[in-house]
Amino acid sequence: MQLSRDELVRAYRTMRTIRAFEDRVHEEFSAGNIPGFVHLYAGEEASAAGFCLHLEDRDNIASTHRGHGHSIAKGCDVRGMMHEIFGRKEGLCGGKGGSMHIADLEKGMMGANGIVGGGPPLICGAALSAKYLKTGGVAIAFVGDGASNQGTTLESYNLAKVWNLPAIFVVEDNGYAESTASAWSVGGSQLDRAKGFGMPGHQVDGHDFFAVHEVAGEVIARARAGEGPSLVHVKFSRYYGHFEGDAMTYRASDEIPRLRKDRDCLELFRKRVLEAALLEESELDGIDEEINSHVAQVTDEAKAAPMPTERDLLTDVYMRY
Amino acid sequence: MARKSYRQAINEALRQEMERDSRVILMGEDVAGGMGAEGEDDAWGGPLGVTKGLMPIFGRERVLDTPITESAFIGAAAGAAATGLRPVAELMFVDFMGVCFDQIFNQAAKFRYMFGGKAVTPLVIRTMYGAGFRAASQHSQCLYPLFTHIPGLKVALPSNAYEAKGLLIQAIRDDDPVIFFEHKAMYDEEAEVPDEAYAIPFGEANVTREGEDVTIIAFGRMVNLANEAADRLAKDKISCTVVDPRTTSPLDTETILETAAETGRVVVVDEAHPRCNMATDVAALLVQEAFGDLKAPVRMVTGPHAPVPFSPALEDLYIPSAARIEAAVRELVAGS
Repeated sequence: MQLSRDELVRAYRTMRTIRAFEDRVHEEFSAGNIPGFVHLYAGEEASAAGFCLHLEDRDNIASTHRGHGHSIAKGCDVRGMMHEIFGRKEGLCGGKGGSMHIADLEKGMMGANGIVGGGPPLICGAALSAKYLKTGGVAIAFVGDGASNQGTTLESYNLAKVWNLPAIFVVEDNGYAESTASAWSVGGSQLDRAKGFGMPGHQVDGHDFFAVHEVAGEVIARARAGEGPSLVHVKFSRYYGHFEGDAMTYRASDEIPRLRKDRDCLELFRKRVLEAALLEESELDGIDEEINSHVAQVTDEAKAAPMPTERDLLTDVYMRY
Repeated sequence: MARKSYRQAINEALRQEMERDSRVILMGEDVAGGMGAEGEDDAWGGPLGVTKGLMPIFGRERVLDTPITESAFIGAAAGAAATGLRPVAELMFVDFMGVCFDQIFNQAAKFRYMFGGKAVTPLVIRTMYGAGFRAASQHSQCLYPLFTHIPGLKVALPSNAYEAKGLLIQAIRDDDPVIFFEHKAMYDEEAEVPDEAYAIPFGEANVTREGEDVTIIAFGRMVNLANEAADRLAKDKISCTVVDPRTTSPLDTETILETAAETGRVVVVDEAHPRCNMATDVAALLVQEAFGDLKAPVRMVTGPHAPVPFSPALEDLYIPSAARIEAAVRELVAGS
């Protein structure tokens, strides 16, 4: 699939924004400035960008506890996200959700999710809405290799199939469910599971934006055409721990340096577009600089922004009670 | 006004709301029945025939049979509610919450708060509860206290056919997730039910009778047993107020406190197990807010802290009865 110059720039900007955002959150968390739990998406950017570049606001996604990348790729406001992660009143969710519950339904982002396997049933519902209301939309559940073993996920494969829903299940396999290797925890294979439920299944190198983007285009077009659900098994790795503060003693000592050197999705993207003379190095460097400075700015703003107050504690539990 | 059964009243509410609003859809196991099979379409209309006749009117596009997969379809109902539909999902027996509760209490209930007030989740989950069917431990529980405990959910317990129609219409029109509890032993019980659609507001208790000696606060099917007990007591010149709170969340604490203050003696009747149930909740409310108005300790009539037994001989002992309510009232009156 040939991408236009604009699409290439958009893809690169999305991936760079996620990386800059996550690296900064990592720094701020390490300095003790961020409360709670955060789970970072650095290293996995090509998956969120590769899928979401095909999507519009009418399309819905459900994310995982590792949700910053999907949120950014689906169009959530980066400033609002950073405020949210710092627990500020002007956060995307008013400071009530935090890192694990970032959502923007108007953008079709149905929420990061603190429950492993929480998203796939919701995505069946979003896909049902799209089908019933004839919006032409599709719905994508991103799940990790851990969630791929949850009953909710497997039940959702079945329901999406028997209801012939415009749903896509993206199994983002970064090699570890918390500290447990997916090579050990997943019985059989993701592709065989897809086959077992009568869905097309694809496996793709998640470090390669172009490979993800191509497969994503295929399964999304299929869903839009009313031909039903698909599964995509994305294989890649994360640069940081399961959560921030994870010493990652379960990983080989040379694993991350090797990944960063040979399999970094942003470096691979740059190499590809520069070799093919699709974009210029100075342009990419300019994007990097602009995004790094934007992320620095929203972080500084978030740190200085007001917290929610007691008046906010009990609002928005119900529409009306 | 026509007499209609609890079953007919619920069916009529669903039909009228589906006629009114095309975004209202039904989903659940066998809500039509016969999906993919060679026999009759609309073969079941739910296991007890409550949704019978709706699929032929609205089609399978709006009356969706599901596989036996509560996590997936209850979650799908939540997801559909958050994206523009107004689904009424049937969780056949509330006992089955064990296989799908995450989608209710961690997902649907919390969207609005967690997402900073931007989500609207007009979801109704209809579910059967209660003992008396000889259905044993896994098909007879009440469990509404567990749902009542969760902020973000509303919980309705209609005590007769009239209440069932009005509360279900309110539930469907409500923009928050509602768990609608239907007592399985009441489907054939009849009441006067208007033909036209009407909504009964949540959080407004119904005082079914007013008396001077004792206030009986009863939930769901227990309201009828409380009225039965009050009838018998009236013959001995003991007059009772009977309060049906209608919804446990929101709970009409104002009416409970007012009616308690009027008599100074309160019996709370709740079919659920006695630890952390509605009876303890109301008793705690009265102790904290109305202690000075009470002439005697609050009495609770509840099921025991045991699973629901199968044998009719045991189940009949298990369920709170009109006789037990009557005895509790007499003890209260005698003691003060």
